[in-house]
Amino acid sequence: MAIVRFADQKLFRNPWADFERMRRELDALFQGSGQDAGGRGAVFPALNVSEDSGNIYVRAEIPGVPAGEVEISIEGDTLTIRGERKTCTVEEKYSYHRRELECGRFSRAITLPAKVQVDRIGAQAANGIVTISLPKAEAAKPRQIKVNVG
Amino acid sequence: MTEKEMQIQQKQEVQQAGEPTKPEKQYVPAVDIFETAEAVNVLAEMPGVAKDGVEIELENETLTIRGTVAPHEHGGETVLLREFEPGNYLRKFTVAETIDQEKIQATMADGVLTLVLPKIAPAKPRRIAVQGI
Repeated sequence: MAIVRFADQKLFRNPWADFERMRRELDALFQGSGQDAGGRGAVFPALNVSEDSGNIYVRAEIPGVPAGEVEISIEGDTLTIRGERKTCTVEEKYSYHRRELECGRFSRAITLPAKVQVDRIGAQAANGIVTISLPKAEAAKPRQIKVNVG
Repeated sequence: MTEKEMQIQQKQEVQQAGEPTKPEKQYVPAVDIFETAEAVNVLAEMPGVAKDGVEIELENETLTIRGTVAPHEHGGETVLLREFEPGNYLRKFTVAETIDQEKIQATMADGVLTLVLPKIAPAKPRRIAVQGI
C-alpha cells in the first residue's frame, strides 16, 4: 500500500480508483511473467544483447545455417540479421515421424542502444550461435570524471 | 515452401528428467525424424552445443540424445535483452525398428545434429524346395 500524504488527498475521491489500481496491477502481473526465462519476441532468430564498457554483443541463435550464409548489415543504429534456412528438404518418399524444425527466410532488425564504430564490427559463428561484437563509439564509452578539489 | 517466414520456437523445458541436482536448464531439442527404406534419420536442433558436447545412447530401444552447452558469454557483461538462455538438451525416443548399432552415424554442424540409424537388413524370404522321393 502506498503511503499518501494527507495534503495529497483529493476532496472528492474517484469511486473507481481502487478498480483502476487493480487493473494496473493485473496488467503489470501479466507483463512481468516470462520476462526472465525469455521475453521472447515472435521473430526469428532469438537474440541476446549485452554490453560491457567497450563493446555491445549481439548473440543470435541460428542453428542449421552455415556461417557464410548469414547476412549482417548495419545502417545507422539499426542492425539487421538476415538469412535462410534450408535444412528441411521435403522428400515425399520419406515417412516423417516428427516435423518440428522450421525453415524458411528470416530477417530481424534491432536498434542498437549506443553508437558503434561501424568499421570495426566483428561477427563469428560457433555451433549455431552467431556472436556479433560491436565496439562502441568513443562518445558512447563510459568515462570516469574526476572531481577536483578546488 | 522456401518463401515461408520463420517463426521463433519456444524452447520447451524438460519435464521430470529424473531429479536434477544442478541448477541448470534442460531443454527438449526440436527434431525431425524421418524414415527411409534403409535408415531412420534424426535431425535435432541444439544451438550452442559443440561436437564434443553431444552424447548419444541407444539402449533397449530407447535412444537418448544429450547436448551440453558451453557457456558463450563471458563475465562482466550487462544483459540488455535476453531471449534465449543457455541450457542443456535432453530428449529420448523409442525406436521401434531394429537398428544396426555398429553403424550409427552422427554429425554435428551449425548446431544441428544429424543422426543416421541404419536398419538391420530384414531376413530375406527363403524358398524351401520340396524334394521328391
